[in-house]
Amino acid sequence: MIAADLLVAQNVGFGIISLLMIVAALRVVTVKNVVHAALWLVIVLSGAAAQYLLLSAEFVAITQILVYVGAVMVLFLFGTMLTRARIGAESDLNNKNWALGIPVALLMLGVMSYVIIDGFGSERLIENPGDMTQVPVQVISDDIFGPYLLPFWALSFVLLVAVIGAIVLARKD
Amino acid sequence: MLTTQFLLLGAVLFCIGVYGVLARKNAVMVLMSIELILNSVNINLLAFSVRHGSVDGNTFALYIIAIAAAEVGVGLALVLLIYRNRRTIALDDLSEMKG
Amino acid sequence: MLAHEMTSEVLASSGWFLDHAWLIPIIPAVAFVLIIFFGKKLPMKGSELGVLSMLTSLAFAGGAAWQWIQRVNSVVDGAHEAVAEGAHHVAPFVSPVIHEWTWWQSGGFHFGIGQHIDGLALTLLVVVAFISSLVQIYSLEYLRGDRRYTHFFAALTLFSAGMLCMVLAPNMVQLILGWEIMGLCSFMLIGHWWEEEANSRAALKAFFTVRVGDMGLLIGTAILFFSANSWTQKNLGVSGFNISGLSAWAMSGQASHSALTWGAVALFVACIGKSGQFPLHTWLPDAMAGPTPVSSLLHSSTMVVAGVFLVARLYPVFWEGMKIGDTNINFIVLIGGITIVIAALLAFVQHDIKKVLAYSTVSQLGYMMMGLGAGAWLPAVFHIFTHAFFKACLFLSAGSVSHSGSHHSFDMKKDMGGLAKKMPITATTWIISTLALAGVFPLAGFFSKDEIIDNVGHNGYNAFMIVGLSGAFLTAAYMTRATYLTFFGKARGAAAGEHHDEHDAHADAHDSHDAHATQNAHDSHDAHGAHDVAHGPHESPKLITIPLMILAALALVAGLSNATPFGENWERFKKYVEPSAEYVAIEGTMASGPGEAVVVPAQNVSSEEAVAEEGCAVVAPEAGMACYFPTIHHAPFKWSKAALSLIIVAFGLLSSWMFCVQYYTRRNKRLVGLTERSKVLRGGYTFLWNKYYLDALYEKVIVRSIAHPIAAAAYWVNQNILDGIVNGVGKVSRRVAGWVYRNIDQRVVDGAVNGSGAAARGTGGALRPVQSGKVNQYGALLFAAAAIGALILVIINT
Repeated sequence: MIAADLLVAQNVGFGIISLLMIVAALRVVTVKNVVHAALWLVIVLSGAAAQYLLLSAEFVAITQILVYVGAVMVLFLFGTMLTRARIGAESDLNNKNWALGIPVALLMLGVMSYVIIDGFGSERLIENPGDMTQVPVQVISDDIFGPYLLPFWALSFVLLVAVIGAIVLARKD
Repeated sequence: MLTTQFLLLGAVLFCIGVYGVLARKNAVMVLMSIELILNSVNINLLAFSVRHGSVDGNTFALYIIAIAAAEVGVGLALVLLIYRNRRTIALDDLSEMKG
Repeated sequence: MLAHEMTSEVLASSGWFLDHAWLIPIIPAVAFVLIIFFGKKLPMKGSELGVLSMLTSLAFAGGAAWQWIQRVNSVVDGAHEAVAEGAHHVAPFVSPVIHEWTWWQSGGFHFGIGQHIDGLALTLLVVVAFISSLVQIYSLEYLRGDRRYTHFFAALTLFSAGMLCMVLAPNMVQLILGWEIMGLCSFMLIGHWWEEEANSRAALKAFFTVRVGDMGLLIGTAILFFSANSWTQKNLGVSGFNISGLSAWAMSGQASHSALTWGAVALFVACIGKSGQFPLHTWLPDAMAGPTPVSSLLHSSTMVVAGVFLVARLYPVFWEGMKIGDTNINFIVLIGGITIVIAALLAFVQHDIKKVLAYSTVSQLGYMMMGLGAGAWLPAVFHIFTHAFFKACLFLSAGSVSHSGSHHSFDMKKDMGGLAKKMPITATTWIISTLALAGVFPLAGFFSKDEIIDNVGHNGYNAFMIVGLSGAFLTAAYMTRATYLTFFGKARGAAAGEHHDEHDAHADAHDSHDAHATQNAHDSHDAHGAHDVAHGPHESPKLITIPLMILAALALVAGLSNATPFGENWERFKKYVEPSAEYVAIEGTMASGPGEAVVVPAQNVSSEEAVAEEGCAVVAPEAGMACYFPTIHHAPFKWSKAALSLIIVAFGLLSSWMFCVQYYTRRNKRLVGLTERSKVLRGGYTFLWNKYYLDALYEKVIVRSIAHPIAAAAYWVNQNILDGIVNGVGKVSRRVAGWVYRNIDQRVVDGAVNGSGAAARGTGGALRPVQSGKVNQYGALLFAAAAIGALILVIINT
């Protein structure tokens, strides 16, 4: 194995970012303050964007930042404030059977890890790392407006319905 | 880089998200946990996109981001509605489906 | 020996109507949109658009049928010429006219839309367009003044569009599209008078029962697609949805047998639902809650034969999947046989004239299925054709009786009797159709039904021939009973001219066993205000009697189009409708450009015997060749066999007539009250009156017998064992029990369609704590179950 194949910088980057993401994700589900949880979620989502960059998916990473970190987080904070959840710590953010989640999550993690390691082992993501080039936006758009046009239409319809639905649900009459 | 490392990261995030959905009481927190799950799926999709040298994974990741935005919009509208009617968004208190 | 080079070519003619048959469903579809948007502003409230579009469709279908006949003739003549030029024996293959365009595509999958025109499709196209036209004309009068007149015609037109779309589908996706449109229209039309609760319940029941079967359609299509796609792409260049592709695949001998079997079973489940076969037939009699024209069009002559059509259309798949060629009992013939008898028996205890006809329809559909299941393809398809005419005529006659004779009641015992003198035209058309249905000699039903019974016996299904014969006896008997009660004997109730005032009619209605009869009575009452001034029975107006007369005339003569007793020249259906079971070279059999004559490679077989010995169903075709239809055998007609069934029918008619005279008119002491005196008879009557307790079975027994013991067992375990041990363990196992309960329960509820509420209540409080209503707990169970399921898969696969 030649040194170039090891991609030291990428691997170190991956390790640091994923550690950060996992810690932040754990904080999201354990922290006792809704606003703090939202801020931790920002870290996870940004970390995911960084991972997308490592996977050479530049356009998806930018969209992730714009949509998630930009729009969705603002929505969450609005939701928090409008429902007048206390900004400070809340003692009862977890429900009574919260412990039930731990074995279920661990069971799933076990099964999935086993399957992943058994299935892919130490397979390289890509044979020749030099081949990994950024995906041009043009190629993605050709894909969306070519073979996957129908899902795109369906998606537009879903968004339309979501907009109307959100208005209908949330307005006061 | 190995395929497993991205898939494992996805699996870990997914399970944390599942724990969040199961353990949290506040509806907004549950929605956040769902975002974690969706992101773990996106990481998987992009990893496989690179592995197969195809652009389809990117396309679907974009679709998922769009769907997630719609889902949060409707989800929060629901939460607001529940809050307005019940003055609470604790899922424990919403047990009309009790048998 | 069946070498490729030996084929010679025959030119098949085409024509404008054949190439543009896809316009036939488009016309009513456009009319539907126009009716919905502009119908109310038109002088006849949109009904003229409906009638006009159906007549245009009928003209197009007729033109296409004519050109198809030319095409078959040209191929047959060409084959004769080839023989004259020195070929030994040329078996003609008439290729269907297939055009397919990409409807939509996604991720590399192309879904087509287009037409697949052959004899079977054209038969159905003509029948559907024809009956739809007549029924729409009839409805002009029957529903005059109805409050949702425009919507009624819109739904009828959309239904026709859906059925026509399904009939000419070249692939399963378009077939499903048409199938579902029909289901939707059936729902809308049964619930046309939805203000009455019974009607909307009947509509829901029909919709959900059929939907249970429709699961089978989707599953079967998926199974066939995934197992056939690679073969059809490689050999024919079409997708695994394509109907001729699927047929060729099934006959190729390279198809996976389990895929064929399971695909055929799943598709047949859909046919059971749609065509009202046992045990999902319960929706069809309830569907009579709709207006009579709807019952006549959807629930007797067209929509309910969709299931039969599907089996006939994908016959090679069923032939191979169910092993119809063997004489062992298969799923189709069994269901068909059971349906014939149980539905015919039920028809005896009905008071409602439309329900008698509904059970009769179920029973006749059983004949068609039995025929298909026993390899009698042609007689079954012919029976679709003849049955459509006389059954539509019977329903419309029943509608005419209620419209003008019995004050909108459908109750034979209360409000009918002696109407033959007052309504001579209706009575004549009814009696002609009754005789046709019973299978009396020169009428339509004889030629088709007798052929089915004959061929079923000929193909080695002897037990089912006896079932068919006893069905013929029962049919003759229950139709005689209905005829006697309606048109002969003493006039009763409304038929005697008794003046109900508004209140009376209402009260009567509530006594009635059949809430829908009431329903019709009440609902169309305001509609018929003007007409009711002339109280008492009288003949119906022309718009009603003319369709009746046309249909009765066809019930008289339609059978002659395939009159086997009169020899080969009379067997036009066999010549023009039955697909040719020939080995053909694959190129040249698939889609061609519009308007061109098609070059059809006809197989050059060394001798006549070779065809008989190596029919398509027996030997798999060689590479480069394909089969599109199995070789089926036709029973040679024998007068002795026909005489037997005619005697049985005559016996049925006479014995039932004598019984009716003695029982209903003379009130013979020995017969009246027999059911009260004899325990056996009373038991049988109650059993039939409760429709074999099938509805009760679905709602109570199945749901409870499965849910109850499990709940009880879980409770017992909980109380006696687990509570003794650690409390926590108990909690967990209760959750597991609850999981089992909910899943099995849910599945049974879905399976049995009805009664989820009853089940939930019936299980008692033992498992209540599990149903906490808390989303998180449900989620935990869901994810844990998914994880355990994945774990099991992992363990199995390692």
